[in-house]
Amino acid sequence: MSFEPKLLGFLCNWCSYAGADLAGVSRIQYPPNMRIIRVMCSGRVDPKFIIQALELGLDGVFVMGCHPGDCHYLDGNYEAEKKFEMTKKFLSLAGLEDRIRLDWVSASEGKRYSEVVTKFVNDIKELGPSPLNGEEPDEELLENVRAIKAAVSSERMRALVGRERKITEEENVYGEKFPEEKFNELMDLAIKEEYERHRILLALEKYSKSVKDLAKELDIDPSLVLEHMLVLKSRSQVDFGEIIGNTPVFIRL
Amino acid sequence: MPENNEKGEEVRVGVFVCHCGSNIGGFIDCKKLTEYAGTLPNVTHSEDNLYTCSEVGLTSIKDAVEEHNLNRVVVASCTPRTHEPLFRECISEAGLNKYLFNFVNIRDQCTWVHMKDPERAYEKAVDLVRMGVAKAAKLEPLDMIKVDINPSALIIGGGVAGMSAALNLSRQGFKTFLVEKENKLGGRLNSLYKLFPYDIDASEFVDKLISNVQSAKNLEILTSSEVRNIDGFVGNFEAEIEVNGSIREIKVGAIIVAVGSSILDPKGLFNYDGQKRISQFELEPKLKNKEIKAKDVVMIQCAGSRNDKIPYCSSVCCMTALKNALIIKEQNPSTHIAILFRDLYTPGTDYEEYYRRAREKGIIFVKYNEDKLPNVEENQVKVYNEYIGTEMVIPYDLLVLSTPLVANSDNKDLAQLLKVPTEANNFFLEAHVKLRPSDFATDGIYIGGSAKWPVDISEAISQGYSAAARASTILSHKEIEVEGAISSLPEINKALCTGCEVCVKVCPYHAIIKNENDEIEIIEALCKGCGLCGATCTNQALVIKHFTDDQIISEILACGGQ
Repeated sequence: MSFEPKLLGFLCNWCSYAGADLAGVSRIQYPPNMRIIRVMCSGRVDPKFIIQALELGLDGVFVMGCHPGDCHYLDGNYEAEKKFEMTKKFLSLAGLEDRIRLDWVSASEGKRYSEVVTKFVNDIKELGPSPLNGEEPDEELLENVRAIKAAVSSERMRALVGRERKITEEENVYGEKFPEEKFNELMDLAIKEEYERHRILLALEKYSKSVKDLAKELDIDPSLVLEHMLVLKSRSQVDFGEIIGNTPVFIRL
Repeated sequence: MPENNEKGEEVRVGVFVCHCGSNIGGFIDCKKLTEYAGTLPNVTHSEDNLYTCSEVGLTSIKDAVEEHNLNRVVVASCTPRTHEPLFRECISEAGLNKYLFNFVNIRDQCTWVHMKDPERAYEKAVDLVRMGVAKAAKLEPLDMIKVDINPSALIIGGGVAGMSAALNLSRQGFKTFLVEKENKLGGRLNSLYKLFPYDIDASEFVDKLISNVQSAKNLEILTSSEVRNIDGFVGNFEAEIEVNGSIREIKVGAIIVAVGSSILDPKGLFNYDGQKRISQFELEPKLKNKEIKAKDVVMIQCAGSRNDKIPYCSSVCCMTALKNALIIKEQNPSTHIAILFRDLYTPGTDYEEYYRRAREKGIIFVKYNEDKLPNVEENQVKVYNEYIGTEMVIPYDLLVLSTPLVANSDNKDLAQLLKVPTEANNFFLEAHVKLRPSDFATDGIYIGGSAKWPVDISEAISQGYSAAARASTILSHKEIEVEGAISSLPEINKALCTGCEVCVKVCPYHAIIKNENDEIEIIEALCKGCGLCGATCTNQALVIKHFTDDQIISEILACGGQ
């Protein structure tokens, strides 16, 4: 039997969900691979929801909202886009970025709804089953996806993405605008750091480990691990456990 | 009937699977689906109905709630967008809080779209029901929020739509403020000559309307006035109006947006020069003064519209051109007139009559194509005639461009003040094109006339009345209830809030503030429940009622088979 992906779609109540209903009223046929969760606005879609679905082994996640400028809630879809972009960047660190998609479907676009869903189903078919799917999911990848889920839920990432539009689209009190490229650099750095830090936190969940152990296990440069440990310690997320020989061993708090 | 208190009570979900005649039952096995639903956690009752929305179906829900002591109800049928209110009402009649209902869409988004694959449609329905039950188990009863209503209205725009709305509301006894930017009421009507249908005299019509407005009781007219700020929410808006340079504050319960539209500047189109080549709008006063002496008149329809830049049909230009062409013919029967069009829209008998008469009077209609736009030279127009497949050369001494109505350039500013959306062309965007055409998504704010879309006079009047009628549904109450599914900062989560204020900045409705105690507070009547703040809250302290993290994650887990 050919591979039939199982997908999850988050549809905003006013545009894309209505568009999906219209496809129904018009009896437009499309493949039955996607399950739907209705939210009032695509801006409600928390990045952790997307990661949660992937962690469960679903083959793809589709977020749909109103077309830019047509949001029922003024600009919820622009916020959705920023959160989605951040999520995608995180997922690219685990090679899963092609399994999520964002698109705009209006209440009058029943046909388009069926088309974008069909396209997504076909693209995911081509990509094959999620490595997290089935009886024996890729354990290492699963750990990394869990790290991403924790990272997108971290205060730093949420604050950064939550402020993105204010920072890049509006001027400050001095009439200056923060350039988008510069913000993207900041964002990329934060993503890399928080990904690694949350991998470290997860690795410390069961056993305490030294910097050297962690560096080897996670394949991160030891000096970088040490830097991360200092930050995590200042955040009260880790602490020194014991010292074995000359090596301090860290525990998760 | 008092609502059940769910606190501490065991969750007992009832699932009702609707056959919808053969719309669902004709494709998937509803009995089997019902049996499956009965096996799900927390489900204590499941049944299938031929039509759950019928009197019989609704009665069986109420009976089951009583018999099985259900405290959550799931209906798997059509779509919440049409039937959720019905089922919510049904369960509240059965004594349950209406938010303890959850909808599963297995028709519009399942059997109707997977007719050719009923097996997999069934699999999808199974998943959707499982997800719906998982969410239902987590639902919580919510209170509607009560808001006092100030029985007065602000109408922004003193054109025909705004004046119609103002007359309607003031005659119903509501104190009404009519704000007009210009120093005179009437809007664009003041510059027109005759109105279609029946060639009514525009100035006669508008003068009568203005005098009715001026003599109306309860109606205060503020000309040379502009809205500078709007605060508050449904029933309790506070508006700052700049009247002749000074600020006046007024308090109203409802607002109607009737700011109309503008005319596209024809500069750059078809060698427009404002003399020999003018717009329909500029033609009107010339017709009024009977100063048209041209022998050969050419009109070009869709001048600047229905293209990449302005993709829409302006809807009034076909009729305007027909009316004005007939007036020219009447004033000077020997004039040759050609109307170059792409498509001609004359809906209804009255409008079609103009077209018939125009043909009778010998007005020539030439169909052109968007790819081969008419080439306007100094004294002639070269146009490729689609019907006969050749280029025609038509001489003119007056060229009239039918330019579209466009959104006012300051619509965005007003939209921002009111916190209502505009669409891609900058016109105001209603809550729903069919179901709520006179409402904005924001409670207590309504729309009518060309502010939403180019409309003619009779349509503007209808829409003005419609907006007024919608406003009166609120103004006629002492207090109303507004949506309870909104954002909240539960007491238990207050310690999580770091006071970062990202939610304050991200809220499209300014519904979140930092209060005098330096605490984040949600102004419930302002919140629309979009959930943006919940997805943004840096420490995940905010809870979006009815769409909580917990509820959504339970749906995701159920989708993943857990």
